[in-house]
Amino acid sequence: MKYIEPHAHMVSRTTDDYQAMALAGCEIICEPAFWAGFDRTSAQGFYDYYCQLTDYEPARAAKFGIKHHSWLCINPKEAEDVGFAREVMSIIPEFLDKPNVLGIGEIGLNKNTTSELKIFEEHLALAKEHDLPILIHTPHLEDKLKGTRLIVDVLKNSQIDPAKIIIDHVEEHTAGLVLTEGFWAGMTLYPESKCSAPRAVDILENFGMENIWMNSACDWGVSDPIAVPKCAIEMKKRKYSPKEIEKIIYDNPLRFLSQSKNFNI
Amino acid sequence: MPSKEDILDLYFIDARHRLIDVAAFLDRVDRHTGEPDYRVEAFYSAIEALVAHSEKSEKSRAQAVLEAFSDHSETPLAKATIQSASGAAKP
Repeated sequence: MKYIEPHAHMVSRTTDDYQAMALAGCEIICEPAFWAGFDRTSAQGFYDYYCQLTDYEPARAAKFGIKHHSWLCINPKEAEDVGFAREVMSIIPEFLDKPNVLGIGEIGLNKNTTSELKIFEEHLALAKEHDLPILIHTPHLEDKLKGTRLIVDVLKNSQIDPAKIIIDHVEEHTAGLVLTEGFWAGMTLYPESKCSAPRAVDILENFGMENIWMNSACDWGVSDPIAVPKCAIEMKKRKYSPKEIEKIIYDNPLRFLSQSKNFNI
Repeated sequence: MPSKEDILDLYFIDARHRLIDVAAFLDRVDRHTGEPDYRVEAFYSAIEALVAHSEKSEKSRAQAVLEAFSDHSETPLAKATIQSASGAAKP
């Protein structure tokens, strides 16, 4: 089956993973900028990372017949030092015209601090200035509910079209907060946290199949690069039609991502 | 859509397995020495939220359990002292 992986951190993955994704039907991978598992010590480290996301990784994906897109930002985990975050953000504009860049992401919150919120708002201003879609990370585990509420409050005052914003990593307690305000929602399929495949299908049953996608968010931690096609099989077991499955794993991401001027298939 | 029986056929054994794992985890914690831990208290609160669910509940069981583990404060933290999350809000 063809599918789009709308959130994967391929810089952390092997060529075997690319091959498995290609064999499973992956046509497009979208890679948000994120925390690499350690704090970078200079803005130059981010410059190199953005080069990797916009030059090297698309070439690596192309070797497997997969189109690669990226999102750019400084992630919230490294945004606690506001001065450092601003220095990193100042280099982002020169990458925004790269042909694979979709928008600003994955921005958001991690520990729900005032510094993270400040940098989150400055990213929103950057996206607004360049008329770019936005991909938002919500915090982990016990911090998710509070973080999602804070994020939604800021967004409601931002005057940005909610249809151009996807709030990722939703679970049962946050999906409603996101969807009822008109934002898109992303479900992340992880083996040990976030959503399992059966729970993701439950969320579709409870919150509907509009403006929602699923992703593997595979990275350097315990994660599964072919979690999306595995969840498609879960939908099949639950008697969803091929058309309904395609809507979730291909049509919906295609519809959201097509709002970016650099997205093409 | 699948019937209730279809859902049970698909998931009962797996859910049973996970529930026994939860029981064994709590036994394992009890068996070992150490100070009381807020995560265990949070775990029991989540179990209470699960059991308290009824047909009249506005929230699903999954939502109630997730909220039992969540930080319900409303104001942003002045500063992050750690980068990671433990899975349960500290009281």
